[in-house]
Amino acid sequence: MEKNGILNIRELTKEYGTHRAVDRVSFSLKEGEIIGLLGPNGAGKTTIINMILGILEPTEGTIEVLGRTLKKDSAAIKKRMNFAAVYAHMPANLTVRQSLIVFGLLYEVKNLKERISYLLNEFDLVELADKKTGVLSSGEMSRLSLAKALINEPCLLLLDEPTASLDPSVSRLIRDKIKAYSERTGAAILWTSHNMNEIEAVCDEVLFLSRGRILLKGNPKTLPMEYGERNLEELFIAVAREPLSLWEG
Amino acid sequence: MSLKRISAVFLRQMFLITSNPTRVAGIFIWLVIDVLQWGFISRYLTSLGQDSFSFVTVILGAIILWGFMSRIQIGILMAFMEDIWTQNLINYFASPLKISEYLCGLIMTALTTGTIGFFIMAVIAGIGFGYTIFKIGLIIIPFMVILLVFGISIGILIVSIIFRLGPAAEWLGWPIPVVLSLFSGVYFPISTLPEPLRVISIFLPSVYVFESIRVVITEGHLNSMVLYNLSSGLILSVSYLLITSAFFIHIYKKNLQSGNIARFNAEAL
Repeated sequence: MEKNGILNIRELTKEYGTHRAVDRVSFSLKEGEIIGLLGPNGAGKTTIINMILGILEPTEGTIEVLGRTLKKDSAAIKKRMNFAAVYAHMPANLTVRQSLIVFGLLYEVKNLKERISYLLNEFDLVELADKKTGVLSSGEMSRLSLAKALINEPCLLLLDEPTASLDPSVSRLIRDKIKAYSERTGAAILWTSHNMNEIEAVCDEVLFLSRGRILLKGNPKTLPMEYGERNLEELFIAVAREPLSLWEG
Repeated sequence: MSLKRISAVFLRQMFLITSNPTRVAGIFIWLVIDVLQWGFISRYLTSLGQDSFSFVTVILGAIILWGFMSRIQIGILMAFMEDIWTQNLINYFASPLKISEYLCGLIMTALTTGTIGFFIMAVIAGIGFGYTIFKIGLIIIPFMVILLVFGISIGILIVSIIFRLGPAAEWLGWPIPVVLSLFSGVYFPISTLPEPLRVISIFLPSVYVFESIRVVITEGHLNSMVLYNLSSGLILSVSYLLITSAFFIHIYKKNLQSGNIARFNAEAL
């Protein structure tokens, strides 16, 4: 059965003066699909995510979510998506429960009380519910960020290094929760990470970015071999060090 | 506009304010000190023998209304700065929240703290100095509306500047009530100011309120000058609200282009 398109990006470009941070990037995400956005620091991953989130205006190109243009239907689209990012902190001076209440209202979640109760249980946050988020450990904070990201049951989830600085056990827990959510609801996920094992385990497809452009794309399990590398990590290093040779190849 | 999203912004601030008694005290302590200080000064001036003129009535009334306006302006600034200090803007603006809804949430927060501050000042003035602000009569309502709208405008102007220049510009917000009070005729009639400085006063809606209060208190009734002042103050304050709101939205759009919202924190700009 043909899967529904969730995200469609065409010729997305962002320029800062003469510097082109994102250069005519196009890709799409279908229902239940998880795509990994890879690339060295400064490749344009976060810039692309910020444009999809609507907090950065593209210089050119279009972003469509569920067939609607972000520029025209921003609020309606944002109700159907959410995000977690290592640099987007939850307000440190609110408790876990208060944070979820505030974000639940922002996303106009129905039956908010029940939804919060479910998320507190799902992410093992019940005992932390009345603690201020500022005193949470990295792992606890990541669980809260993910709970917030799922509060509106988004059909498009953007994750910018959701497991950065977490120990392997918490990383796996978070990863499993996200994958289970996507399988259960059909949510499409765009995922950036520098952990290649994680990407290989989770993603259906990867896009390698270099200097704002998509350099390579394909299945994370077979792509390294196509370019003569043993694994995704070695391919990543090759992209980071010698992007032009791969581009020409 | 979504009431739920506006209430989210408001609730976030209320959670914060009520989470710690020192935050509550921090909001109202200066208002209390102002009323006490000016109450005692006024009582002392009255004791010097000016029986025909009640300093307490004239000065305390003005202080309470000025405190209300300052609290509105600072309330908007504080609520906005909380979102910057906790790096919350990215979460807000990546959500369905519209910029107009965010502004409404800030205004609701400021209106709540400003109104509570007003009643606290009124009670202290009543208990401490036997002064009842409501003796001014129903005319206090349009006075307060003008000050409310002007306070909101100034608050929005300041957060727009900070939004444009970055959190380092925060210091601009704190002395503004003091500077404005000089030209608003809070403590003295603007005829006291040198001629060139009076030009500034003409453009401040607050001037029309405080000049009118003195007329109402000394003459005991409304006259055509007071009605003219009220109209002028209202037109000016509403104009400023429209202009500053448009300015804030313009800065927001500029920040969307420059990427400042994504990296808006105390260190980045």
